[in-house]
Amino acid sequence: MTLPLSSMADRRARAWRAAATVTDPEVPILTIADLGILHDVELDETGAVRVTILPTYSGCPAMGVISLGVETELAAAGFDKVSVKLTNAPAWSTDLMSEEGREKLRAYGIAPPGKGAGKRALFSTPEVGCPRCGSSQTERIAEFGSTACKALWRCTACREPFEYFKCI
Amino acid sequence: MSQTSSNSRAQWLIRLGDGALILGHRLSEWSSRAPTLEEDIALSNLALDLIGQTRALYTRACEIEGGTRDENTLAYRRAEHEFRNPLLVEQPNGNFADTMARHLIYSAFALPFYEKLRESNDAEVAGIAARSAREMAYHVRHASEWIIRLGDGTPESHAKAQAAFDELWSYAPELFEADALDSEMAACGFGVDPSTLRGAFDATLGPVLREATLKRPRDSFGLRGGRVGVHSEHIGHLLAQMQHLQRAYPDARW
Repeated sequence: MTLPLSSMADRRARAWRAAATVTDPEVPILTIADLGILHDVELDETGAVRVTILPTYSGCPAMGVISLGVETELAAAGFDKVSVKLTNAPAWSTDLMSEEGREKLRAYGIAPPGKGAGKRALFSTPEVGCPRCGSSQTERIAEFGSTACKALWRCTACREPFEYFKCI
Repeated sequence: MSQTSSNSRAQWLIRLGDGALILGHRLSEWSSRAPTLEEDIALSNLALDLIGQTRALYTRACEIEGGTRDENTLAYRRAEHEFRNPLLVEQPNGNFADTMARHLIYSAFALPFYEKLRESNDAEVAGIAARSAREMAYHVRHASEWIIRLGDGTPESHAKAQAAFDELWSYAPELFEADALDSEMAACGFGVDPSTLRGAFDATLGPVLREATLKRPRDSFGLRGGRVGVHSEHIGHLLAQMQHLQRAYPDARW
C-alpha cells in the first residue's frame, strides 16, 4: 500500500508529536524534544516510522529506556512499525537544549547548563545562578553528582544546595 | 575463529576502546571504597564515562566489521593478548595518589586525542570523539585538582604523589607511539597519529605539576607492549573479575 504525500506529511507530524512527549527517566520534567535528543522522524511509503535519537553523556544509562518510551508512545498513537536508531552524527551537546527546556529545569530546581559547551577554558569555573533565589553567589561542591548529567552546587545567599546540569 | 579484526579501521577503534574499557573498569574498583562520598560518586562517574565511550567505539567498530561480533563479545570474550590497551591503564589502583596520577596521565593524553579525532572522515567516529573530548576535560580537571591538592599538601601526600608519578612515568611514552596501523589510519583521514600529541600533553601536565610542587620525572625508558597484546601480569586478574559472569554463564542477561 502506498500512502498519498499529504497524508505522509501529516502522519510524520503526528509521529513527531508522539515521540516528542517521551520524557527523560532521570529528569522527568524534560521531554526528549526539550533536550534536543529527538533528532529526526522519517516515514517510508509502507507507513514504517524510523525515529533517530542522539545519545547524551557517554555514561548515561537512559538511552535504552528512552528508546522503549519512543516505541511505546508511537504504538499508542497508532504506528505499528517503529524502529529507533541512535546516531552520534551529529554529537549531542547541552547546547541543543531548548529555551523552554532550560526554563523548565530552572523551575524544577536544577540550574540549566551554560551555553557554549566545549568552549569553557580547562581550569575555569562557570558562573551558575541559584535556581531558587536567582543569586549569583554560588559555589561548586562537586563536579559530579547523582547522575551523569548533574553537578552539585550550593548557594551562599539562600544557603540551599542545588544541582547544576553539566555542560558538555 | 580468529578474534583479530580483518578490518584495520575496526581494529584501530577497538584498540582505542580497550584503553577506555580497562581504565573504566579499574576506576569502578573504587566504587564504595573512595575516601569521601563525593569522591566515590566522582570516580564512579568517571568510570561510567569511560565505559560509555568504550561502548560507542566498540559498537561503531562492529558496524564497520559487519560481522556477528558486538560490544559484549569484544569486552567479555577476548583473552589477555587480544586486548590492545596501553600498559598504563591496567596498572593497579594503588593508593589514591597512584590512581589520580594514572588518571591525569591518561586524560591529558585522551583530551587532545579526541579533539583531533573530531576531524575523522567517519561522521559517527567524529561525533563520538566530540562528546568524549568534552567529557575528558572533566577528567583532566578532576585529576589535576587532586594532584595539586596532594602535591602541595602534607609532606606525606606530597611524597606519595611524587612517588606515583615517578612510578608511572615510564608508562607514558607508549601512549604516544605510532605504529603502522596508527600511521595508516591518520593518513587516510579516519584516525589520529598519537605521536603528534606529546606537546599538548606536556602543555597540560607542566603547569599542574609545577602548581603541585612536584618534579616532572626524567624521561628515560618507556615500558611498552600492551598495544601489541603483550601485557603486565595485572590484566589477567582484571579480566578474570570483569569477564567472570559471561565466562561462567555465556550470554547471560538480566
